[in-house]
Amino acid sequence: MPDPMTRPARAEARLGWLLVSPALGLILLVSLGPILATTWEALHGHDLRLPWLGRPFIGLANFVEAAGDPRFLAALARTVAFAAVSVPIELALGLALALVMHATVRGRALVRVAALLPWAIPTVVAALIWRFIFDAQAGILTASLRDLGAIDAAFDWLVHPVAAWVPIIGADVWKTTPFVAILLLAGLQTIDPALDEAARIDGAGAVRRFATITLPLVGPALVVAAAFRTLDALRLFDLAYVLTGGGPGTATEPLSLYAFIALMQRLRFGYGSALSVTVFLLTFACALIWVRALGRLDRYAAPNEDSGPVAGPHSGPSKGI
Amino acid sequence: MTRRPIGAIVAAAALLAALLFPIYWMAVSSVTPESRLFEARPLVPVSVTADHYRALFDERSFLIPIRNSLVVAGSTTLVAVPLATLCAYALGRLRMRGKGALLALVLAVSMFPQISIVPPLYLILREVRLLDTYPGLVLPYLTFSTPLAVWLLTGFFRQLPRDLEEAARLDGASRLRALYDVVLPLAAPGVATTAILIFLYCWNEFLFALSFTLGPDRYTVPVAITLFRGRYQVPWGQVLAATVVATAPVVLLVLAFQRRIVAGLTAGASKG
Repeated sequence: MPDPMTRPARAEARLGWLLVSPALGLILLVSLGPILATTWEALHGHDLRLPWLGRPFIGLANFVEAAGDPRFLAALARTVAFAAVSVPIELALGLALALVMHATVRGRALVRVAALLPWAIPTVVAALIWRFIFDAQAGILTASLRDLGAIDAAFDWLVHPVAAWVPIIGADVWKTTPFVAILLLAGLQTIDPALDEAARIDGAGAVRRFATITLPLVGPALVVAAAFRTLDALRLFDLAYVLTGGGPGTATEPLSLYAFIALMQRLRFGYGSALSVTVFLLTFACALIWVRALGRLDRYAAPNEDSGPVAGPHSGPSKGI
Repeated sequence: MTRRPIGAIVAAAALLAALLFPIYWMAVSSVTPESRLFEARPLVPVSVTADHYRALFDERSFLIPIRNSLVVAGSTTLVAVPLATLCAYALGRLRMRGKGALLALVLAVSMFPQISIVPPLYLILREVRLLDTYPGLVLPYLTFSTPLAVWLLTGFFRQLPRDLEEAARLDGASRLRALYDVVLPLAAPGVATTAILIFLYCWNEFLFALSFTLGPDRYTVPVAITLFRGRYQVPWGQVLAATVVATAPVVLLVLAFQRRIVAGLTAGASKG
């Protein structure tokens, strides 16, 4: 390259940093700063109810306490189990919904709206709707099952330690399956219909074509959806807080909820911060695993660098979204 | 075209019903008299009442949380989207070193579990006396909305054709001039979509609002609804009316911008 090219290039880069800096500064200040502060706080003994004890540095004592805290260990196991159960259901149903959306010719808008609504409503609202459907007295589902004789008259989902998970998982699946479907739909739309047609002419049946064409080509989108969903499931909070309050007892208490209780109800900020850090580390480790999985998949599947669908970040925090 | 087997149609209908029924049932139940809520009733409403809505606004002052949510979600959107637009233009359009690392950072930050930054935010907001105020919610909301907006908008900017911008540059317009005159008008739909998504996320947010507000004067809609619940008895009629009110703006936005929202959700899909 001739030398004169470097001056405009440098000017462009300078403008770039100028434009990037306000947002970047804000992100560093309000996101990255606090995550470091949480980690620092987790290394201290800090109880807002006992202010006279001050805030002594205690090293890893909070983490050692967590490692011996049965309530924490149970919440950790529960959170992982919740992700392991709900995400595969969401992927399977999401793929089914994506295929339906892809195949729909008439009524496309109706299907799209039907898919977007559960995704878009507040998680708190979804939790309340499902709580109402599963309510022991007023719930239409409970009443129907009772009429069918499938459950006995006194059955109450929310006082049963295992059954209480059913409305939580139901609400989560209902709310997030459409999101998975929309990601997968984008993947499906990049598949050349000629491939399918060619396979059909060669006599491949629907199942065979699905397994050998659709599934491999939608693979990267599936991994992206799985990654977003797992990260989201690991920070489960809203549904558990509103639907069951973590109960009965602590039977449906996920990690985020236990951390919230330690922080905002018991005001044990040091210990609560340590619990929060574990939520962060759990999702971070999980993100690394998915990034590696996606990288491996990309190497096999992507002939050019722009092909791998890497989704939007819509499962950004909140999930309640 | 292919013939569609009857099984596929049935499956599609069942999926649609499963997606829409809970929302339908919420709406129908919210206009059902309290006395009938707890008995077996047909799927279509027989007697209709506005009592729950009246109680919601008269006794529960539900306008206050609505106002709070609108102010907080609106302000957050107004701060995050313009900043993110500038940043995303640079990341999507300009040649600069370290772009990939910056994008990775933005994505990583947008994935932070909210609970993991609650403790320092609470302590800082308490220290500067911003707990239970609007800025005390907007600031935490910027933590997820800014990276999210940057990520979405970078995807949008990448999709825009380069020709027009280059033509303007050849005509002697500066980068900033070209950005203002040529790129921004083209990017307007993407910016609007991002604003809608950010607004939705803020409208729906729960954990921060629960942690950083202290009383009914500053509760947002999701917090206010959950605190309706009595310890033993749930006032279902009013709760359901409130969920309908909380859902109404979401439904309107989805109906009006369904295509855009789907495009927005898949915009980040072009990787770099």
